[in-house]
Amino acid sequence: MKVEKKHPLAIRWFHWLNFPVLAVMIWSGIMIYWANGVYHVRGFKFFWDGFYNPSMPQWLPSWFPSSMHGGHRVFWSLDSRLAEGMSWHFLFMWLFAINGLVYVLYLAFSGAWRHILPKRTWIKDSIQAIWDDLPWRKVKQEHREYNGMQRVAYTLVIVMGLGSLLSGIAIYKPMKVYTLDRFFGGYDYARMWHFALTIGFCSFFLVHIVQVVRAGWNNFRGMITGHILVANHEEDRDVA
Amino acid sequence: MSLEPQAQMRKMSRRSFTWAGIAVLTGFGSLKWLASRRDDAGTGWVFRRVLSSNEGLMRDIFYEHKLVPTFEEKDITPERINGVDGMKGTFDPAAWRLRIEQVDQIAEPIELTLDDLKKMPRTEYITEFCCIEGWSVIQKWAGVLLIDLMEKYPPSTTTGEKPDPRHSPEKLVPYVAMLTPDEAYYVGLEMEAATHPQTLLAYERNGESLLAPDGTVRVSDHGAPLRLIVPVKYGVKNLKRIGTIRYTSDRPKDYWAEQGYDWYDGL
Repeated sequence: MKVEKKHPLAIRWFHWLNFPVLAVMIWSGIMIYWANGVYHVRGFKFFWDGFYNPSMPQWLPSWFPSSMHGGHRVFWSLDSRLAEGMSWHFLFMWLFAINGLVYVLYLAFSGAWRHILPKRTWIKDSIQAIWDDLPWRKVKQEHREYNGMQRVAYTLVIVMGLGSLLSGIAIYKPMKVYTLDRFFGGYDYARMWHFALTIGFCSFFLVHIVQVVRAGWNNFRGMITGHILVANHEEDRDVA
Repeated sequence: MSLEPQAQMRKMSRRSFTWAGIAVLTGFGSLKWLASRRDDAGTGWVFRRVLSSNEGLMRDIFYEHKLVPTFEEKDITPERINGVDGMKGTFDPAAWRLRIEQVDQIAEPIELTLDDLKKMPRTEYITEFCCIEGWSVIQKWAGVLLIDLMEKYPPSTTTGEKPDPRHSPEKLVPYVAMLTPDEAYYVGLEMEAATHPQTLLAYERNGESLLAPDGTVRVSDHGAPLRLIVPVKYGVKNLKRIGTIRYTSDRPKDYWAEQGYDWYDGL
């Protein structure tokens, strides 16, 4: 066994800063979206109605804390909190944008973009990665380099971040940047994009968590310490 | 002598996880701190300052008199009605007057009837009306441009010069307050928004008078007899029944800005 460098300190900071910042953006964003039912998504509306609206039939078990708990609103009741949502959203937007921008600049100048940008063979690589990743195929994953699917996902999430930023600006100042609004299909559609991308981030997050759990402790520790333990069969070869 | 890899990893983990723990506690601490700050008009003072800073930045970055997009008849979308604050009591349209008050009421207020306003140049446009709750509609409005009214009844300047609202709005007193006749709803506009070439005092919507044909107030209405359409602001600033227009040096109080919302609300 030997210790090997995996993630530079900067990448770890960008990653762990982005997590709570994006979480606050989504949480406050939902408060803004649910200020009015006009943008509700069928399945989601049911979900949230069940969550917060006491007049709706409660599908949650009775022991689950409701949005109104002992006369106090709990943090996941997101209705009628528009002003609060906007307050948080318009502070954390700066953190989200700056962290994202510095991350992209870091990737560009450090050369780290080479680790995540899909290769020319990305379609074949991605299919191979998904195939190898099927739970019943006991393929030993090589963790030194990102596979085709990871490259696609980690690049796509940057593009999504940019999309959120731009559609966010289009919603924030629609009368000043209406050319940008038109790019998204108008003010209403810019909001749709903004929301769709949020669902995209949530989906990314779910898959990411599952994959991190499957990859195991060594990999997760790598995102904290920046180092992983690897079997040193190469070293053995050198000796031999 | 170098450590065994496992021991080396343990050492690094101890250090990194300690830092991670500190970072998590700092993060949670910061969020809790943010959420528990002294209240400033319905939101924590940190948020209030950020909203004000955002306002300052946006007013610097963007040209505040940039024209908003206008649409064609075919783009008009179904109406939406939201909010009756300031229009709840009994109201006699015949007795209604538009009052224009100068800074600190140094001059006698001016009173205008609807007919006086209708004799002024009429402007009609189709614009998008954006509600702070997220919906938007495209509607046709007609009335008197506020800038036309201000040319005729100008606010005083801070420099003592002769006021010229159209060409030198920056020399005027910095704010305009608008109140409903019952003063139950009130908004503030900074002078750039008030002098924006598309800020309209509307008396017609989609070709119909805001008042019913018999001169009464419509049951389910969009405000009458005169309402503000300021497309560079969220709907909450678009006062539905103007009683008083007041030119002022101090930032006017604003109904929703007192309840945790941004005062600026610029779009």
